Amino acid sequence: MQRRDFLRHATALPLTAGSVRLLAAPKDTPRVLVVFLRGAYDAASLLVPVSSSFYYEQRPNIAIARPGSAADAAMPLNAEWALNPALIDTMLPLFERQQLAFVPFAGTDDTSRSHFETQDSIELGQPLVGSTRNFQSGFMNRLAQVLGARGLANQSIAFTNQLPLTFRGDVQVPNLSLANLGKPAFDARQSQLIAGMYEGSGLAGNVREGFAVRDEAAREINGEMQGGSMAGEMLAASRNAITAKGFEGEARRIARLMRERYHLGFVDVGGWDTHVGQGAGTGYLANRLAELGKGLAAYADEMGPAWNDSTVVVVSEFGRTFKENGNRGTDHGHGSVYWVLGGAVRGGRVVGEQVAVAPASLFQNRDYPVLNEYRSLLGGLFTRLYGLSPAQVQQVFPGAAPRDLGLV
Amino acid sequence: MRRRSLLVATGVGLTGPALLAGCAAPALRTGAGGRAEAADVALLNRVTWGVDSASLATWNQLQRRDYLQAQLNPGADAPLPPAAQAQIDALPLLNKPMPTWVVEMEQRRRDADALTDNDAKKAAQQTYQQDMNRLARDAATQMLLRALYSTSQLREQLTWFWFNHFNVHQYKANLRAMVGDYEGRLRTHALGKFRDLLIASATHAAMIRYLDNEQNAANRINENYAREVMELHTLGVDGGYSQKDVQELARVLTGLGVNFSDKQPNLRPALQALYVREGPTEFNPARHDMGEKLVLGTRIGGQGWAEIMDQLTRLARHPSTATHVSRQLAIYFVADQPPPALAERMSRAFSASDGDIALTLQAMFDAPEFSASLTRKFKDPLHYVVSAVRLAYDGKTILNCAPMLGWLNRLGQGLYNRQTPDGYPMDEAAWSGSGQMGTRFEIARAIGGGSAGLFRAEGATADAPAFPQLSNALYHGTLAPTFGERTRAALDAATSPQEWNIVLLSSPEFMYR
Repeated sequence: MQRRDFLRHATALPLTAGSVRLLAAPKDTPRVLVVFLRGAYDAASLLVPVSSSFYYEQRPNIAIARPGSAADAAMPLNAEWALNPALIDTMLPLFERQQLAFVPFAGTDDTSRSHFETQDSIELGQPLVGSTRNFQSGFMNRLAQVLGARGLANQSIAFTNQLPLTFRGDVQVPNLSLANLGKPAFDARQSQLIAGMYEGSGLAGNVREGFAVRDEAAREINGEMQGGSMAGEMLAASRNAITAKGFEGEARRIARLMRERYHLGFVDVGGWDTHVGQGAGTGYLANRLAELGKGLAAYADEMGPAWNDSTVVVVSEFGRTFKENGNRGTDHGHGSVYWVLGGAVRGGRVVGEQVAVAPASLFQNRDYPVLNEYRSLLGGLFTRLYGLSPAQVQQVFPGAAPRDLGLV
Repeated sequence: MRRRSLLVATGVGLTGPALLAGCAAPALRTGAGGRAEAADVALLNRVTWGVDSASLATWNQLQRRDYLQAQLNPGADAPLPPAAQAQIDALPLLNKPMPTWVVEMEQRRRDADALTDNDAKKAAQQTYQQDMNRLARDAATQMLLRALYSTSQLREQLTWFWFNHFNVHQYKANLRAMVGDYEGRLRTHALGKFRDLLIASATHAAMIRYLDNEQNAANRINENYAREVMELHTLGVDGGYSQKDVQELARVLTGLGVNFSDKQPNLRPALQALYVREGPTEFNPARHDMGEKLVLGTRIGGQGWAEIMDQLTRLARHPSTATHVSRQLAIYFVADQPPPALAERMSRAFSASDGDIALTLQAMFDAPEFSASLTRKFKDPLHYVVSAVRLAYDGKTILNCAPMLGWLNRLGQGLYNRQTPDGYPMDEAAWSGSGQMGTRFEIARAIGGGSAGLFRAEGATADAPAFPQLSNALYHGTLAPTFGERTRAALDAATSPQEWNIVLLSSPEFMYR
């Protein structure tokens, strides 16, 4: 697709910039949360190719032990794949309830192996060749545009300190990190005084929305803490020893806002760039996976009945080298494993195009190949979730060939 | 495809106070006794960390040409105000050289880990962490005091720019004990030759450790630094290198590591002459891949340390580096999407001068595109916070930087706190999201509402008497006439001096430089 065509598609949609949309989410609209693992997590340590002797040859120090062979051995999911033991308490139950699927050999055709380059290209979701990157048009923003044009509620939010590239674009999307949240600093008159200065400027929408979302989030979360009807932080505390700390507490707060107010959300989790000492069944990476798993399980729990129309997609910019490096770590690679979970997900499976893990199947003789390109994968998923037409999918992922993996 | 060749497709780009653009530039009677045009104030706002009476007075004395020359060639540091210098002199960080701190702190860490009593161990580890934090905080304090009060404002702006360009993260390993020294090294070369900057960064323990080059050895290649030095520091991601070049450069860089001990590795006699040690930076020939390499079409090999220096020099002088570094400077100083003609002129000046940063910036200042861009660059959090404090306490030295450090963390741009080697983004869209604007107004409230802890010297229980004086001669003499109607109306509607301050610091005009 040519750049001008792409832009025409993008601008053909109604411009909703500046509008503040804080209506409650209709119950029948699917909720989607994208979790971006920044830093390229080592997918071969998540979904372990236990049937491959090549894996054990290539990773003498960091391989996850074969099922049953050690206390911290991998937990089998099928004949080929097993799960990192750090996720047995959190993700295995979801897999067994068939609400979690893994898509191995997933990723992008971008082979720069640069974190930043590849994160950007995934978040933008534009064709890699034949057009200039438009850094003001991320795929999640285009998805929000398409949903809006179809009359579906499309309230979107990034749970991050900075508005991520994926949400940049024509639809005004607020960002608010829930890692820690205080009381609103301004009363209505003061907010109006400040917002008034921005009328007519390009920042007017951001400023208005900034005030509105803060008030809203504080009401939602504090209200619950004061004993509202919804399962709040207090209640959660009785079920789990740690709630407010780390990703788990944040995930619960995210779930509350997603449950009550939003359809499309984004959050990122860092700390995956394990060049040195990543560990195996225990150790640094296992701890990070455990924390992530706790957060995702907490999200599912906190959603309550709304989990049934919720989907979470976990992505990362690329995988890591298949062979361990000289420092018991791994370097920048290519193919990754994506996770798809949700109440209506057809899970309990490892899905998508696959290939036996063997020397001949490595990409450039070093990495997992990408057999399930993310734009096809997500295009197919969104088509199912929202009933998008081919033209609408093209607006979200121009030039992509959506592939239905039957994930929902 | 160029990584940052952006399209302004949605109008999110230059949406600043366009109302300033058409504004006539009346000669203004300044509070500092001279005359300054609105355009002069705008330029000062760009060259400095934010206009204050002192910078305006110097401007009036020297006038544009000499002022810029003085900023581009600052020479030795002029003394800071005594109250600021006294704070720096009292910082424990500066009592000992960096390697001594590192060795001492490492010993303390090991001693703490070796304790068998759990409570004692926990306490010792906690104190260790606090003292490590203190070392990084001392470096940050020094940095902020210089940004606030140094007369060499341009050098201080560049020091931050280069740290961000060659970014390291304080919480990796024991880098908290090194960031101050690393920053000082970059500061020395901030307006000098790019090659010197690159080598200063490449051979500093902080960078070697941060990007894992100390792990990079013959047959145990770690590509991390080799990749980032080409992608981020020199050529740029589309600068014309391949994955193979990364691997080959990584081989060149093998053996460049860190050694804080007073011992040399045991080396075969044949290798001893090749050993190099500069402070904690070490080249260990036993870890170096002596074979031939092919980097960017050039064959190289068998020379060890000289080979590394040669390769870094080649990278510094590569045409793609001139383009990439000039463009980064232009993004920082001119616009999110620098006019191609300007970037091109800077790139030519860079190449013609063997990477002389002062001459590259001179070309930028002389360009009409630079003047046309004034008042339109969105302040990142650091520029916002420093310019606010410079204006709010014009001429009155703050006694504690800790509140500023806290604000920067809340705004997502803590000093030395960017985890990834790409450094903090420099474009408006990265900092002007709705949540970020909301936080920024809260910081405006903290700064405008009272002394906010800025005048509580360390150990004191209360603030020295101080109140932000934003409605000052500088404001009325230079800034007020450039403010738009909506902002003036909001200021008039403020119900207290505090609120007036908060409104001013929250105004769209104050968000841009």
